Amino acid sequence: MRPGAFVAAPWLVLGGFALAAAASVAYLGVDFVALFTGDSARQMAAFARGFYPPEATPAFLARVAHGAVETLAISALGTAAAAAAGAALALPAAGRWGALLKPPARLALNVLRAIPELVWAAFMVLAAGLGPFAGSLALALHTSGVLGRLFAETLENAPRAPTQALRDAGSGATVAFLYGTLPAVAPQFVSYALYRWEYNIRMAAVLGFVGAGGLGQMLYVSLSVFKTQEAATLIVAMIAIVAVVDVLSAWLRRMLGRSGA
Amino acid sequence: MRADTATALPAPRDPAAARRIGLAVALVVVLWPAFELAEFRPAKLLDPANLDIVGRFLGTFFPLALDAEFLALVARSALETLALATAGMAAAMALALPLALLVAESLSVSRVGPARRAWLGPWLRAPVRFALILMRSIPEIVWALLFVRAVGLGPAAGVLAIAISYAGMLGKVYFEIFEAGDTRPARAILEAGGGRVSAFCYGILPVAVPELVSYSVYRWECAIRASVVMGFVGAGGLGQQMELSMRMLAGGEVATMLTAFLLLIMLADAVSAALRRALA
Repeated sequence: MRPGAFVAAPWLVLGGFALAAAASVAYLGVDFVALFTGDSARQMAAFARGFYPPEATPAFLARVAHGAVETLAISALGTAAAAAAGAALALPAAGRWGALLKPPARLALNVLRAIPELVWAAFMVLAAGLGPFAGSLALALHTSGVLGRLFAETLENAPRAPTQALRDAGSGATVAFLYGTLPAVAPQFVSYALYRWEYNIRMAAVLGFVGAGGLGQMLYVSLSVFKTQEAATLIVAMIAIVAVVDVLSAWLRRMLGRSGA
Repeated sequence: MRADTATALPAPRDPAAARRIGLAVALVVVLWPAFELAEFRPAKLLDPANLDIVGRFLGTFFPLALDAEFLALVARSALETLALATAGMAAAMALALPLALLVAESLSVSRVGPARRAWLGPWLRAPVRFALILMRSIPEIVWALLFVRAVGLGPAAGVLAIAISYAGMLGKVYFEIFEAGDTRPARAILEAGGGRVSAFCYGILPVAVPELVSYSVYRWECAIRASVVMGFVGAGGLGQQMELSMRMLAGGEVATMLTAFLLLIMLADAVSAALRRALA
């Protein structure tokens, strides 16, 4: 591109988007001006004021701490189960078990991945009842689709030579995989799983909105009965968990990077 | 390794076994309390009452609900999802741009030389930065739930939730784009005595606009995904209808709406990919 040349494309996209947005507002038929003026503005301000001060009685803080630990447990279990299931699906999806099993395995991964965690959670609440177990299952189902695809790609890109050498030396397929392929792909698998765990902690915090346990369920209940001060504490706890995990994972990555692992 | 040398070696030993078994045991030990905390009870899945519900639900999945009246409802909800994501994105962009401009240091007049009210800069930047962090670190679905309580069920809550949380994200990214690009033209304008706004319009915007728009298009695609999910807490669109059908255990309706959801996502994916390719 010649420097200084006028590029029309972005402005065209912006213009089209502005038209689409105007049409959208018209279609929705929501009077946003009325929403922020007069009576409803006063109501919203009163609602917002209700969040202060956050509830800080020791008894409630203990419950919040329990909810936070529960959220961590949901995300850890869900991710661990997803890593196992993802690895099991990745093998056929990478064509390791023959060409026949490849398309169905890929389809299964795509379906698992395409349905959002929250929809899975609503399903799982039906299947396993209210509570954190449904949350772990929902995370496991969606994440196994995500990890399975990443694992399959890693497997496809893994060097074939070590495995082939073991096969040529007379070892069985399983042993050749365990000692020829696994050492090459395991670090990548672990780093994908850890990255996904970090993401799932955020997710686990909100899955409770459909009844799947953790901080989300507490927040949903608090807001349903208009205990906004409790809700404020819970939101702060959610932000705190995410911030702590962010810092920890950045620190862990630096440490791992330094040791060359 | 050739076969004849293998026979000369001592009994075969697994060099990796100890480490692998150790890691597996450590993982189980670490995860053990989690099983208790997360009430991990696979038996619950086989509970007759739950099995009955799932059976009835899945049993009605096929055939899909395809009567004209229901399809019209699905189409209206899908359109509503599309509209609320688009309106929310437009509001988010309109909110993010001035906020990003406020925090962008490359546009700081006081960095070029002595300026009136230079002391104001850091005092203004810090709260805006904090507001942006707060807006994006509360998950969008939490915003949705809050707005449902504040303005009632329906798409208005969804629009506001997307506007707030995406303004937080866009603000940060816009700001980074302004800082990462070539800032010399803007600086030259500032040094020649131009104001902040003209430095932005003539110094930064012409270079940054393709990236700004491309990122916003990508975020629009994310907003559509997010707005379907936000419906589950009552913020309008396809998600809200899906939640209702699920509560009534109407499997066929849920199946139709899941299909519509996947089609909508694929459509948004394709549009966004095509637009971004055109912008690249």
